[in-house]
This record gives sequence, C-alpha cells and structure tokens, in this order.
Amino acid sequence: MATETVVKEHDHHDTNEKGAWDGGKTPFGVSYGKLMMWYFLLSDAFTFAGFLIAYGTLRFSSATWPVPDFVFSTAPFGIHHAPLIFVTVMSFLLIISSVTMVRGVQEGHRENKRGVVFWMFLTIIGGIGFLSCQAWEWNNLINKEHMTVTVNPFGTHIESGTYLEGDGHDIKAGDAFKAGDSYLIHKHGGEFHPLKYKTDEGLEKQQEFGPKAFGALFFFITGFHGFHVLSGVVFLIIIMINAASGIYVKRQNGYEMVEKVGLYWHFVDLVWVFVFLVFYLL
Amino acid sequence: MGHKSYEESIKDVYKGLVLLAVVTLIEVGISLFGKGHLGYKPSPEMGWLLALVAIGLIVLSLYKAYFIIYEFMHMGSEVRGLRLTVLMPCLLLVWAIIAFFQEGNSWFERRDLIKQKNERSIKDKKVDVQGSLLEKEETYQM
Repeated sequence: MATETVVKEHDHHDTNEKGAWDGGKTPFGVSYGKLMMWYFLLSDAFTFAGFLIAYGTLRFSSATWPVPDFVFSTAPFGIHHAPLIFVTVMSFLLIISSVTMVRGVQEGHRENKRGVVFWMFLTIIGGIGFLSCQAWEWNNLINKEHMTVTVNPFGTHIESGTYLEGDGHDIKAGDAFKAGDSYLIHKHGGEFHPLKYKTDEGLEKQQEFGPKAFGALFFFITGFHGFHVLSGVVFLIIIMINAASGIYVKRQNGYEMVEKVGLYWHFVDLVWVFVFLVFYLL
Repeated sequence: MGHKSYEESIKDVYKGLVLLAVVTLIEVGISLFGKGHLGYKPSPEMGWLLALVAIGLIVLSLYKAYFIIYEFMHMGSEVRGLRLTVLMPCLLLVWAIIAFFQEGNSWFERRDLIKQKNERSIKDKKVDVQGSLLEKEETYQM
C-alpha cells in the first residue's frame, strides 16, 4: 500500500511539472507574436540608427551644412519665414495618433469592439494626415526649391560680404550677410542662378551649392520613415476591418493583434522623435 | 496597467498627450533660441551655449523616447528579461555614434589633403599623398 501511493505521487509529479525545455511555458510572459514584434522593432531601430548616424557623420565631415530653420521655414497657405512651424504640426499629428492608438488598445482589453474600431479609425486619420503633410513638404522641396537627391541648392556663407545682385525674392542688391547665413539658389527658366557677391575682403565671388549629401540624406531618411507610416496605415486598416468584422471576439487571445499593430505604430512615432531631433531641431 | 481602474488609465493617457506636446513645444523653443529666432542670437564664439542647447534637445528627445516605450508600449509592465533583451543592445549604438562622428571629423580635417590627391597628376610622385605615414618614395610606389 505504502509503496503504491509513493509511485502514484511520483507519477503525478512527473506529468504536471515539466522542465524548462519541455515546452508549455511562455518565455518573458508574452506571446510569441508580441515578443517577435519587439525584436523586429529592435532591428528596425538599428536600421534607422544607421541612417541617422550616417547623417551625423557627413554633417561632421562638411565645412558647411544647410541650417534646418532656414531650409524648413515654409508652410502651406503661403506662409514663409516660419521656421519649424509646419514640422511641429506634423509631430503633433503623430503624437495624437499615438495617443488614439493607446486608447484603441485599452478598449481592446475591455473587449469593446466599437471602441477599438472608433479609436483605430482616428489613428488612421492621423497617419494619413501626417503623410499628406509630408507629401506637401516633399513637393515644396522638389518642385519649388529644386532640391533633389543629387542637387542641393541650399548653401551657407563661410565669410561675410555684400550682394552685388538680387534674386527677385528675398535678396536685393546691396544686402549684407554674415558668415553662417544660409541661402537658396533659385532656378529660373530651367537654370540655377547663383548670385554674385563681394566679400568684406573685396573679393568677387558667387554663391555655391551646399553639400550634396544633404538632399540624398533628407529624401532617404524621411522617405524611409514615411514608408513606415504608410505601411503602418495599411496594417491599421486591415486590423480595423478585422476587428469590425468580429474576428477577434472569437479568438482566445482577444484583441492581441491590435496590441501588436499598436506596438508598431508607437515605434513609428518613436523614430519620428529622433528624425525630428536630428533633421529639424539640431 | 493591471491594477489601475479603467478611468484612471484613460486619465493617464491624456496626461501623456499633454506631457509629450509640452516637451515638443519646449524642444522647438530651445531650438529656435539656439538659432537666434527669439530675439537674442548666440554668436558662433559662444560654443558652450550652443553645446548646452544641443544637449538639452538630446536629453528631452531621450525622455520622450523613454516615455513612449515605457508608457505607451507598456515596456514598464513587461518582465525584466524582455526589457533587457530589447533595450541593452541599443547601448551598442553609443559606440557607433562615438566611432562614426570621430570618423566624420577626421574626413573634415583631411578635406584639403583629399582635394590635393584628386587634383594630383599621375606623374608628380613627389607629392606626399599619404600625409605623413609613408615617407620613402619606394614604399609609396609599391
């Protein structure tokens, strides 16, 4: 009798408590999908870090660099000379859409289908708003200011002097400038017209183009981020439709898909914090 | 999140919105001040003030990143192992930044030398193209 119970207890012990390698346990207390989303975001963070560090390296290696508050000082509705205002609006759009995403995830925890769909819809609107702003910014830089991947008409003076001619926009003949002031070389009739100027030492020179790398870095980095926003909007739309159709009501893990796409969306906002810092603030 | 009531966690989210918006506005303010748009223009000689502006901007951005990761992405309520495996690898970037910026600075200092090398014709071998590393002409010819 006594031996039998011991054997039984032993059996009982064997079947219920598995070792760490026998499966059935979730490492780190999260599902596979969520864990892998975190690791994907980590790898994506390294891609963006590589881009931004390349920007810093090239900026360090150049004698001059276009000043961001001069380059990014235009906004829609004919607003000029408003440094950083438009891009601040863009940042707010992303922050707000991040907050609506958090609300969507919270409603998912409460299994509130209508709430999830409503807040995800607002998030999508925010994302599309951001993309529209970026489209306007790119259009302005490419078609109005004629910056391309290889041509950068934004230059910076390395010495002070006086202009000998005007460009019909902001600069008039006789205007003085200081070292460190930025300028934009305007394009008329398909050709750039660098202005002639006289330095304080009395030498006659003309405006030069800014560092080439600036255009390439700008379009690649903001483009790469914009592509993340675009794919985020597509994912959000898919998950929102799924949620609305009631798929997640039946799932054991409920609205976890909303959480996962939420992680991605917050990451897009997180990257923008650093793109904003590196390109526009510093 | 687990212990908080529904109303409390909603309140926290809107507090987060206000916090991020205010920090962003402060950042823009600091940046515009550093560029001389707010009345007073720091002269290029005041390197310490410009450095202070840059450090302030970087610290505020890192704070925003911390807030987004810990509050919005709920990293704070994940277990320690997950936090460490995601956040620790990012420390590698500290070295990447130091190394690459050093490299960029070195390119900046060698611009003239590179230009000189580019313009050199193949015949004048006597130009010391390698800076000071190789001194003898024979070594240079390989």
